Amino acid sequence: MTAFDPEAPETPHDPLDLHPASDEDGGAPQAATRKQVRKEQRMMLFKSPGFIIGVLIVGFWVLSAVWPSLLTTYGPDEFVDAPPRTGPSSEAWLGTDGVGRDVYTRIIYGARPILIVAPLATAIAIVMGTFLGLVMGYYRGWVDEILSRIIEAILSIPVILMAILVVFTFGRSRPVVIFTIAILFVPAITRTIRSAAIAESELDYVTSAKMRGESGVFIVSREILPNVTGLVVVELTVRLGYAVFTYATLAFLGLVGTNITTADWGIDVSQNYEQIVRDVWWPSIFPAMAIASLVIGVNLITDSIDKALKS
Amino acid sequence: MTTTEITDDGIVSDPDTAALAIEDLELSYVVRGTPRAVLRGVTFEVRPGEAYGLVGESGCGKSTTAYAALRYLPSNGQIDGGRVTSSGQELTSMSAKELREFRARQASMVFQDPVQAVNPVLKIGRQVAEAFEVMGQSKSEAKKSALAALHRVRIASPESVMDRYPYQLSGGMLQRVVIAMALACDPKLLVLDEPTTGLDATVEAEVLDLVRDLRSELNSAILLIAHNLGVIRTMCDRVGVMYAGRVVEEGTVEEVFDNPSHPYTVGLLNSIPRQGLRKTDRELFAIPGNLPQIGEPLPTCVYVDRCPIANDTCRTEVPPIVDRSEGHWTRCHFPDRLDEIPEPEEVSEVVAVGSEEVVGVHGVSKTFRQRGHDIPALVSVDLGFAEGETLGLVGESGSGKSTLAKTMLGVYEADEGGEITLRGRPMAGKATKRVEESIRSLQMVFQNPDSALNRAWTVRRILTRSITRLTGMKGDEADKRAVEVAEAMRLSPRHLDMRPRQLSGGLKQRVAIARAFAGDPNVVVCDEPTSALDVSVQAAILNLLASLQRDDRTSYLFISHDISVVRYLADRIAVMYVGRIMELGSTEQIFEGPNHPYTEALLSAVPSVDGQAENRIPLTGEIPSPANPPSGCVFHTRCHRFIEGLCEVTEPEMHELSPGHTIKCHLTVEQLSQPVEITEKDRMADVAEPLE
Amino acid sequence: MLKFIARRLVLGLITLAILLVIITLIPNIAPGDPARKIAGGTATPERLAQVNESLGLRDPVSTQLTNLGQSVFTLDFGESFSVAAGQPVMDLVFTALGNSAKLVALSLIIMVPLAILGGLVAAYKKDTWIDRTIVNTGLAFSSIPDFVAGVFLLAFLAVPFEFFKVQANAPPGSSILVQIQHLLLPAIAVLMVYFGYIARITRAGTITSLDADYTRTAFMRGLTTREVFRKHVARNALQPTVAVLGTQLGYLFGGMVALEIVFQYPGLGNLIIRAVDRADYPVLRAGVLTVAIIYMLATLAADLLIAWMNPRARLNIGEDA
Repeated sequence: MTAFDPEAPETPHDPLDLHPASDEDGGAPQAATRKQVRKEQRMMLFKSPGFIIGVLIVGFWVLSAVWPSLLTTYGPDEFVDAPPRTGPSSEAWLGTDGVGRDVYTRIIYGARPILIVAPLATAIAIVMGTFLGLVMGYYRGWVDEILSRIIEAILSIPVILMAILVVFTFGRSRPVVIFTIAILFVPAITRTIRSAAIAESELDYVTSAKMRGESGVFIVSREILPNVTGLVVVELTVRLGYAVFTYATLAFLGLVGTNITTADWGIDVSQNYEQIVRDVWWPSIFPAMAIASLVIGVNLITDSIDKALKS
Repeated sequence: MTTTEITDDGIVSDPDTAALAIEDLELSYVVRGTPRAVLRGVTFEVRPGEAYGLVGESGCGKSTTAYAALRYLPSNGQIDGGRVTSSGQELTSMSAKELREFRARQASMVFQDPVQAVNPVLKIGRQVAEAFEVMGQSKSEAKKSALAALHRVRIASPESVMDRYPYQLSGGMLQRVVIAMALACDPKLLVLDEPTTGLDATVEAEVLDLVRDLRSELNSAILLIAHNLGVIRTMCDRVGVMYAGRVVEEGTVEEVFDNPSHPYTVGLLNSIPRQGLRKTDRELFAIPGNLPQIGEPLPTCVYVDRCPIANDTCRTEVPPIVDRSEGHWTRCHFPDRLDEIPEPEEVSEVVAVGSEEVVGVHGVSKTFRQRGHDIPALVSVDLGFAEGETLGLVGESGSGKSTLAKTMLGVYEADEGGEITLRGRPMAGKATKRVEESIRSLQMVFQNPDSALNRAWTVRRILTRSITRLTGMKGDEADKRAVEVAEAMRLSPRHLDMRPRQLSGGLKQRVAIARAFAGDPNVVVCDEPTSALDVSVQAAILNLLASLQRDDRTSYLFISHDISVVRYLADRIAVMYVGRIMELGSTEQIFEGPNHPYTEALLSAVPSVDGQAENRIPLTGEIPSPANPPSGCVFHTRCHRFIEGLCEVTEPEMHELSPGHTIKCHLTVEQLSQPVEITEKDRMADVAEPLE
Repeated sequence: MLKFIARRLVLGLITLAILLVIITLIPNIAPGDPARKIAGGTATPERLAQVNESLGLRDPVSTQLTNLGQSVFTLDFGESFSVAAGQPVMDLVFTALGNSAKLVALSLIIMVPLAILGGLVAAYKKDTWIDRTIVNTGLAFSSIPDFVAGVFLLAFLAVPFEFFKVQANAPPGSSILVQIQHLLLPAIAVLMVYFGYIARITRAGTITSLDADYTRTAFMRGLTTREVFRKHVARNALQPTVAVLGTQLGYLFGGMVALEIVFQYPGLGNLIIRAVDRADYPVLRAGVLTVAIIYMLATLAADLLIAWMNPRARLNIGEDA
């Protein structure tokens, strides 16, 4: 049996969670202000272990991307004082790769490309997707109908395949990669925001705004948008995780530029994984762990934010 | 019933024979690791064959009690003390297997929403048959029994119903099916949890009739949970009034409702308009304060914080059980001081309704287009609003009431030909095209404030935005006005900086009303403004609406399914059916009759707390879809005064019965005044259309 | 029901048509000479001419579109440039598709029952440590790139244990059991990637269904927990899972590109990457379209299944994108 509260359907608010101001007294001491609710949400977020671990992981990689020399003394292309394929040791903490570069240093420097591409692509996608989703969901009509079909069509092909096709045709430069990931994320975001906007549009506060003669622009941007921001934030973090996923995969497939010596986690995995069977696992497993840790870190943050907003 | 054991917590005469005996039951929900008390010593019994009602407002624990009667607890619920017994078997100590056996053979439960209570993916026949299979019948036996069971709940074509999926049946039909399933085992105890809430009054009346009729055929004792006092009054022998997880008064329905002995019961009964009370007579009684929160520590007397006659004794001593008459007791120190409870205020000034039409609706139709089909949702509606007048609008759901409201307010654009006028001048169809003056003059209060108020905005922003749009005031001026308007709604300035979710249901509705009144409207459309609220809160809102009308001479279009509320507030009443006004007259004319047959049926459907049982006119069958209205008079398919060869051929014109009282019917006053005979066949419910 | 299938098919065809437009447009809107983009910077003039000729890149876009549409319906995408020069593209695609099908089938057989079971258990034990373990483990692994999971499996299973094979492709003529043995690691990688997602969907559906009044009715009727699950909960609770599995099938066929590379498995994804490496646009295009068609068939199948599970779904199919 699952937890439920048989009294709940009778009361519009949850009597256990909130302390709504009561009807007559005008000065109920238990009434929480908006600030307090926000603060409680924030406190809950900051106290949740998932969020803390997530922030620590992501924070570490951001630091590596912004200021790699703080964390390592070598350069990414520098050969170190240990022969190639040396296992983890005091000279090279995480060992050296096939040509004698320090795996640890390459991982530190390798954070940069993924942390430039993923957030930028996500930001572009979120702005476009939120805009499209709100407009389509509020106005509906034939434009919405057509765009919905196009979205359906794009979503019918795995993002990674579509990305391969586009990057292959447009070239492998970083701006192309960023915009490709961004554009390919727009349909999924649009779909989420659109259905939320449809649900909001059916509520009476929107009807009420129409009765006041408010313009569509006002209703979408001032009335509806503030009610879907929570969803936008969750969508932002979810997509950030997928952007990391997509970029790393493209890099692994050799589709993010032409220089295979660039320090980049995906490229490093692809350059070194074949040596695993020869027991030289560190040059590929450590960057793979870096990718996994970043994804997990982002997921932990997403999950905690989602929970805090729903509470 | 040999000895009467009076415990500290109530009365159970004989737990060994009672269909249900709940003794000192304490139950709590564990929320984030903390147990929160919901039931705090509930004691009552349901004797064999009797119908017992539990009544109370939201959050008082009555539904929890209903679940506990079958020992159905949520995973976060725990019984902290007390006993639940049925015919001498103690549920609280049953094993899982015994409990299943008990539920399969001895007790049944009917939930509030029939649509949710049946499995959407299984055919009705299979679900009903399952109830018999549980008791060991073979598949073919069970099928036969299922047919018989559906027949028993007065379903005219059980075979056809068996073969349908739930979504192919109406709510009323589904509730019959649910009742049929509940009766499968011929239970000793039948628990009905708000079985008619959410159904139309006409459907509600049908379901209640059915249950009442079945009672004579069955040996079941009934535990009926309802917030509607009228339902309890018409259905039950005895009633328990619940408050904050306790029963505070118990007795026969006549005793409790006619001679209430607990201040809370008195408050509840005074908060609803009874015996044809009108707004010009007196205000309704609004119980001050709120129900204690679930889990809060209770004072000595659960009601002490809201009780108008509480004194120091009440605050220091737990009230004893005081017997009032045979089987009628109350948990109050001073049941003899109840007449000290101040009467609700007499209304001193009566403001006459103006004579000039402020807003007029003239020949307004609204046709929707859906997949190439025309759906006439409104057909040539004529209504006028005089200054300070309330026009009540009644009709079943789907009759077009909300469409009319939204067309008046410019959410939908009326068809060519009709017009909505403000002081004789027509206004634009769409709100975006209307001038400020037209928008300002017509405002709306919605049914559900949770939906009507933007959750992301503060109350201040909600109000100032409307003020700015409707009056052109800006900045500090608008803010000042917002404070004024809020004050007029008895909201404190502190509420202005809150967001809707921090307010209770009643306060939210006040904000919604404040928004509508922000720009001194001429007509405010109130679409079921109190149906989501408890009766004591409803009373406060109705008082507020009435006093605003006295002060501002505002007119209302008041839409409600609750006839007694409409009667209280309305000066005139319009009755709507399939997008047409079927009858229009002053409130006195409507309630004195003669009426349109549809109105006649509607009025007879209302369960009254005053207990007068009248000859009810059943309104079986479903309201026709406006996409496919019946020929001739749209009501002829359900009319008990149907004249063959006339009604299904010609659509009647609106004609006057007496000055100001018009109906759309072929019949004369004399014909309409004849009593009608109701046959058994009229009570059978049939599915509207054959299966595809 | 026939009407429902017909309506659903029309919707699928519309989607496919839009996709054809998009795929035709991509080389045409790329800046510069499309042929040069496709053939690569160092292509000889003869090669460029071949590209232009076979893809009709000099034709008006509308002609290109009709040609591509024709290709889809005749299953003829011309000849491969370079992956296997001169061979019909569809031969290559069909071989790869067969291989992918084997991998997908095994992955589903392993993943679906486990994930659904996980979801059901998590829902039934909601808010207990069992629930949290299932949900959090799933969460940790999902959205880790498939190839990362693959590389981990190589290092931690294939290297220490002889039983697990580095190469997913069994030698020709191997028995089915040996083939399965070879496919085991990528299938486990799929399990890692998808378990959390599918389990979470199942959990949510089950919780909704368990909370529903009809479930309470069933319990009140005296049915055992097992009977309630089997007769009332399952069919309602699993509808979202079926829908999601339908959409994910296309991804399994074409989205596991990197995983197929790691395990050197000659599936559809691998073929597409070889086409990219060798600038073989006809193969690339045909591969992508094949995946899209599989997606459509899979979602169609899922919708039919849901319509069978829930009579009401038959009514409003295609109402929403």
